[in-house]
Amino acid sequence: MKVISIVLVPFMTLTIIIYGYLKRIDIYSAFVEGAKEGLKTSIKIMPYLIAIFVSIGIFRGSHALYMLMDILSPIMEFVGIPVEVLPLLIMRPISGSGALGVVKDIIENYGPDSFPGQVASIMMGSSETIFYTMAVYFGSIGIKDHRYTLKAAMISYIASIFASVFVCNIFF
Amino acid sequence: MMSTIWFLLITIGIVYSIFSGTIGDINNIIIKEAGEAVTFAISLMGIMSFWLGIMNIAKESGFLERLSKFFSPVMRFLFPDIPKNHPAEGFILMNIIANMFGVGNGATAFGLKAMEEMNKLNKNKKKATNAMCMFLVINMSSVQLIPLTVLKIRYDTHSADPTGIVGPGIIATSVSTIVGIVAVKLFEKSDCS
Repeated sequence: MKVISIVLVPFMTLTIIIYGYLKRIDIYSAFVEGAKEGLKTSIKIMPYLIAIFVSIGIFRGSHALYMLMDILSPIMEFVGIPVEVLPLLIMRPISGSGALGVVKDIIENYGPDSFPGQVASIMMGSSETIFYTMAVYFGSIGIKDHRYTLKAAMISYIASIFASVFVCNIFF
Repeated sequence: MMSTIWFLLITIGIVYSIFSGTIGDINNIIIKEAGEAVTFAISLMGIMSFWLGIMNIAKESGFLERLSKFFSPVMRFLFPDIPKNHPAEGFILMNIIANMFGVGNGATAFGLKAMEEMNKLNKNKKKATNAMCMFLVINMSSVQLIPLTVLKIRYDTHSADPTGIVGPGIIATSVSTIVGIVAVKLFEKSDCS
């Protein structure tokens, strides 16, 4: 599986280029034409990135996370989620790199094969950064009304939390 | 909704830092994070341009169309509003494939392109379409098969079985993706506006 991840990029590039060449299209011009849009897109998403990075930075830097943990830990115990993974629960939808830092902390403190370590490892892989994704994807095309996207994403996220704890109970 | 989250992150952060005595750091955080956002966007520029260039070849040569034909039944179910063989389908598929195998920056490039194509079908340019909501929820529920960064941490901390989480992880992420899809389908029905 790891091998697939590594060879996918060269393989995908090769397949597409060979296909284009055989279809006798001007692959060089097509590449340059497409690449132009990459520059535009990067600039377009920049203001959204600044808004998100700064707000998450302020939240993280203030250590307000600890306050949220105090509020939420009784609820966690009640529904059977290990309290140790609570910082990850809060961080995961907000920031990918922040969440990865938290996973590292949990694994280093409790060990990779401990129950919180296993739950954290699985939880990290079973959801994505909701806040960032929505801001950048909708922002890039100027959509203001996101309708039920956040609601559905949160439901899926909560499912991922319980699924992570559940599979750990079964497998470990 | 986005405004609310943004408001909460900043106000909770600043107000809390007044009480915890870290208010002095806020200035530096703003300067640092704003700079990092720009650096990040610029670092994306190269790789994003590369992928969009490759994708343009895939589009012009008809490769994307082939790909969407292959996955047509699934696409019909998930995105009934996107016409058959519309370029959006190809970009959505490429985004999901790149995400599955952890090619993150490629996935972003395809994903943004998919949004652009879906927006061409959009009548009200300020409002998200059903297809966009479905696409983003699938994207946010994570379809990645191997969490490479987590495996690296587990390996570095001498786990007895670093890759032991892969199988259970795939089950967990499948559950979250399926729940997300069902949620979107239900919301689609109840909210026709």
